[in-house]
Amino acid sequence: MSTDVKIPQTLPKTHHAAPEGVKLPIYMDNHATTPMDPRVLEEMLPYFMEKFGNAASRNHSFGWVAEEGTETARERIAKLIGATTKEIIFTSGATESDNLAIKGVAEMYREKGNHIITAVTEHKAVLDTCKRLEKYGYRVTYLPVQKDGLIDLDDLKRAMDDKTILVTIMFANNEIGVLQPIAEIGKLCHEKGVVFHTDATQAIGKVPVDVIKQNIDLASISGHKMYGPKGVGALYVRRKNPRVQISAIIDGGGHERGMRSGTLNVPGIVGLGKACAIAQEEMPKESCRLAGLRNRLRDRIMTRLDETYINGSMEHRLPGNLNISFAYVEGESLLMGINDIAVSSGSACTSATLEPSYVLKALGAGDDLAHSSIRFGLGRFNTEAEVDYVADRVIETVERLRELSPLYEMAKEGINLKDVKWAAE
Amino acid sequence: MSYSDKVIDHYNNPRNVGSMDKNSTDVGTGLVGAPECGDVMKLQIKVNPATSVIEDAKFKTFGCGSAIASSSLATEWVKGKTVDQALAIKNMDIVKELSLPPVKIHCSVLAEDAIRAAIGDWKKKQESGKPVAAEAK
Repeated sequence: MSTDVKIPQTLPKTHHAAPEGVKLPIYMDNHATTPMDPRVLEEMLPYFMEKFGNAASRNHSFGWVAEEGTETARERIAKLIGATTKEIIFTSGATESDNLAIKGVAEMYREKGNHIITAVTEHKAVLDTCKRLEKYGYRVTYLPVQKDGLIDLDDLKRAMDDKTILVTIMFANNEIGVLQPIAEIGKLCHEKGVVFHTDATQAIGKVPVDVIKQNIDLASISGHKMYGPKGVGALYVRRKNPRVQISAIIDGGGHERGMRSGTLNVPGIVGLGKACAIAQEEMPKESCRLAGLRNRLRDRIMTRLDETYINGSMEHRLPGNLNISFAYVEGESLLMGINDIAVSSGSACTSATLEPSYVLKALGAGDDLAHSSIRFGLGRFNTEAEVDYVADRVIETVERLRELSPLYEMAKEGINLKDVKWAAE
Repeated sequence: MSYSDKVIDHYNNPRNVGSMDKNSTDVGTGLVGAPECGDVMKLQIKVNPATSVIEDAKFKTFGCGSAIASSSLATEWVKGKTVDQALAIKNMDIVKELSLPPVKIHCSVLAEDAIRAAIGDWKKKQESGKPVAAEAK
């Protein structure tokens, strides 16, 4: 496998020398996006110039060739999640897929009811879509999560009533990587005759997803989170047991069985298909390797630094995800100290709203720990040498910032920070 | 977000990091902000009681790079000034010097608060200590 991915050298220069075999900056933010696999690009290239046809052109070879490309992709995607080709609808990405699934069900099942259930830790593409529906008279229940980030199935059971038409719960969380009990949620939904949608953006291609075994009715898929291109995604729509119907939100030429009009993004779709085929073949090996690297990172950091806390369940978690809070250190200042490494923080300072991560707050750990969190997203092209370098830099920077932290000093003096009466800003 | 060179310089080489004895009568301590808000600054000054000149200043900050830089700069600026001169330092002076973007203005406000709190603490100590000092003379 080629790992020679060129990463643009746009981050600020650092005075740290890269160890043997490590190229700086290091990309370890694979929940935000992934670099494209070179094999995906190779597969896509002919579809820009040579095979440029419109997949909807029925009466000449240019159209047929393009359609052949999109239908191969459809097969590959379907195969990866245990679906059939007629159940795959191409979209522009997971945000559109989430919108189409939720708004599409809301409109289609309006006569049956107006109640939707979701969870507080969902992606904004789901939460904000639900919020919009509230304006149109839908009722939305936002389930809390437990300390480990998982929803309580009893909460879900209690929330369901005879007006419930849709449950939308993500497969894997984008910040803490926590995997929800999808099969059990789907089973509950099917018992009650409620449609079950899952935003599987972070999960597909990383952990096994099987729409039949896991009782999924609708699943959102994204290309760029799985080493495919940006601007392409898909929605799985179940056709039997039960047959799920959705209203379109984009009207036009009636493409994609009338569920999503618009000329197909042929190169993108071909790339998404190839990304799925690679994931299918390499997932068992890759998920083992990533979990190993992730655990190595965790162990190296946590044996050297005290008062570091993992956010979310370690047991039910994506193999490439690690989310740690470093007490007494503010997340953005930590990112600044490791500026040759691309990771994310749940700190307020890194968000436009100046609010710390709502996902971490939902775990009940307290705002102070949300401010101190770093998300490491390991991916296909990360190496062991990179993990070791990242661990060393994180340790060194946390130690330096703790020496600078009045909170660390107070804690060392035995002052309970919870008892301090803080002066309001 | 990109940082100005001055913020990066203060972050990489913070001036006057440390702590002084908060029980000393010559030392004023300001502790402002809250962990829940993501910013806590501790700024201390050592004042010459005869001249009211700030002879030394130390800080420790929990916060983003701009918060660290604002407090580091504040310690540099108050040193050598009288307490009254130090009270004249305004947050917008810090914003200007460090080229802070609008979302980071609160960091400069906190630094100004920290200066005021430290001076306030020192003044309180002087007032409560005055009669004793007068008698001794």
